[in-house]
Amino acid sequence: MSTQEQEATQNLTLVQSVRDALATEMELDDDVLVMGEDVGKNGGVFRATEGLYDEFGEDRVIDTPLAESGIIGTAVGMAAMGLKPVPEIQFSGFAYPGFDQIVSHMARLRTRSRSRYTLPMVLRMPYGGGIRAPEHHSESKEAFYAHEAGLKVVIPSTPYDTKGLLISAIRDPDPVVFMEPKLIYRAFRGDVPEGDYGVPIGEAVTRREGSDVSVFTYGAMTRPTMEAAEELAEEGIDAEVVDLRTVSPMDREAIVESFKKTGRACVVHEAPKTGGLAGEITATLQEEALLYQEAPITRVTGYDVPYPLYALEDYYLPNAARVADGIKEAAEF
Amino acid sequence: MYAKVGTVSTLERDPGDGMVQVLDEEGGVVGDVPDLSEDEFVAMYRHMKLARHFDERAVSLQRQGRMGTYPPLSGQEGAQVGSAMALAEDDWLVPSYREHGAAMVHGLPLKETLLYWMGDERGSLIPENANVFTPAVPIASQIPHATGMAWADKLKDDGETDRGFICYFGDGATSEGDFHEGLNFAGVFDTPTVFFCNNNQWAISVPREKQTASETLAQKAVAYGFEGVQIDGMDPLAVYKATTEALEKAKNPGEGERRPTLIEAVQYRFGAHTTADDPSVYREDDEVEQWKAKDPIPRLEQFLRDQGILNDERVEAVEESVREEVADAIDAAESTVRPEPQSMFEHVFAEQTPEIRRQAEEFARLRETHGDEAFLEE
Repeated sequence: MSTQEQEATQNLTLVQSVRDALATEMELDDDVLVMGEDVGKNGGVFRATEGLYDEFGEDRVIDTPLAESGIIGTAVGMAAMGLKPVPEIQFSGFAYPGFDQIVSHMARLRTRSRSRYTLPMVLRMPYGGGIRAPEHHSESKEAFYAHEAGLKVVIPSTPYDTKGLLISAIRDPDPVVFMEPKLIYRAFRGDVPEGDYGVPIGEAVTRREGSDVSVFTYGAMTRPTMEAAEELAEEGIDAEVVDLRTVSPMDREAIVESFKKTGRACVVHEAPKTGGLAGEITATLQEEALLYQEAPITRVTGYDVPYPLYALEDYYLPNAARVADGIKEAAEF
Repeated sequence: MYAKVGTVSTLERDPGDGMVQVLDEEGGVVGDVPDLSEDEFVAMYRHMKLARHFDERAVSLQRQGRMGTYPPLSGQEGAQVGSAMALAEDDWLVPSYREHGAAMVHGLPLKETLLYWMGDERGSLIPENANVFTPAVPIASQIPHATGMAWADKLKDDGETDRGFICYFGDGATSEGDFHEGLNFAGVFDTPTVFFCNNNQWAISVPREKQTASETLAQKAVAYGFEGVQIDGMDPLAVYKATTEALEKAKNPGEGERRPTLIEAVQYRFGAHTTADDPSVYREDDEVEQWKAKDPIPRLEQFLRDQGILNDERVEAVEESVREEVADAIDAAESTVRPEPQSMFEHVFAEQTPEIRRQAEEFARLRETHGDEAFLEE
């Protein structure tokens, strides 16, 4: 992808960079279209598609009936016919009526058809807690999708990565579940180049170099993790923070490489502990780097309880203090 | 001529009872015969005979342990062949798992169908020249796909389209959410889709009247804002005619007409849901016999004999060529060597991920260490 042609940068929030990525790809490729509930005239409930309806018209920014299986299922049909649909599920907690379409068809059509029919589609959904939302609006269920063979699962944490990863996802020949951390949709701004550029799917990035302990995280949890790492630096604990960016396929090489350097690890996610990706990361380190290990690997995660209504969500979500405890436990063992 | 919305379709009220047909149960002409050439009539007859013979052989292969679980289609040849013959080559066919006959008419070789049911993924590779979608097993889940495919065609062609998309499903599927969502989207976005419901009266052991309190399945179309028609699904000429008209409307709707159509083809599954099922547990032999009297094959044969298109000699010739074709397909499927075990790791993504590559390598080492015989049952 062309990096030389980038002339200017904009200072965008994460949700604005979603919109920018969609507009950029729709401009470049007539096959790209956006569909979902309220994505058209309304510009999306989070404004992720703001202005696209006016710019590209109702055939490419499609307000659909309120039906998740219909949205995902028809997008599967469209993609099989060569379009590049980017369906939006308004909140990840409402994806379940379409779950059969995701796991039985979106994930499997390439295999089922021996690659005669392939699905260049991106299923966008905001995920995660912390926005004082009603029931079913705050879950973090990336492990469902990472568990399903045939899907790629991307979770960005910065405006720059969001645009680059979404462009890569749209150009990917296979289906991508693109989970957007709505807690930080507008929490901060970042420099985002104009024009098109890609951030590769499947590559982690080191957000903070450190030598004492490796901290693996992604999405909205990257912020409290960075905060904890900075606080601990003042106490003399030098944590390395690795932002996975893609949870499937996971960048196992980067994870193992960081761990070999530090011998200690803490994994942070807001999803529940049991069956969460922290277990997968821990097992990978056991398999690949046991002899480097100097301490038990700690996990800072959501609890194995239904996501609480918002009066208690601050207790449920890992924050900087909890993350710092988890890092210290690994560092000081 | 065929019945419009409003007629009854339950086990108590069969298609011969008040429903206008082209052929009656004895093959006598009771409606407008579609304009088919002599060759096309013979082709229709041959396709139906082929589907029936294939089905009988497939069930027999399963009984002999030469094939896995298989869903039979006997009794449904009129609906499958009559509808698929109405398709132009460019039209698309989106099947469920029982449409071997329809898929065959539209270009899917029998060998592929056999391979699939023999557990070989290569049977899922639809040849490039056949506009047949991969059969869906989860009930009704293919319906939104067909809507999306037809919608894509229309979007790509600036709202016009010269292709139709036919989607098959059963009576049980009409109870699923995906039936509602797929048809609702089709109505809203006016997609060129023909929803062809093979109402064979039984969803495994649950009869049609326990799926819905609706008088007909066809009338459900009213709720989506497009036409629904109920036809005698065991009358191949009525099926051909209704499907042809629905496809024409999908491509060139008249003033004020919506493109989609829901066709309810009333018929009967003579055999089991699949070879893993015993229908004698849930339905009476009398009922089966009653429906066997409507068998689509003798009906068409009698009509073609009456027209002077078929005689004993030609029927025998068809039967002989059908036997040969099925035998050849079975030979070809059974002589296909077992798939290469490493192929399991292919066709997951366009490019293998590092982890899948590692697992494939680990699997190769396992095979090397233990030999393939360690993985295979006696």
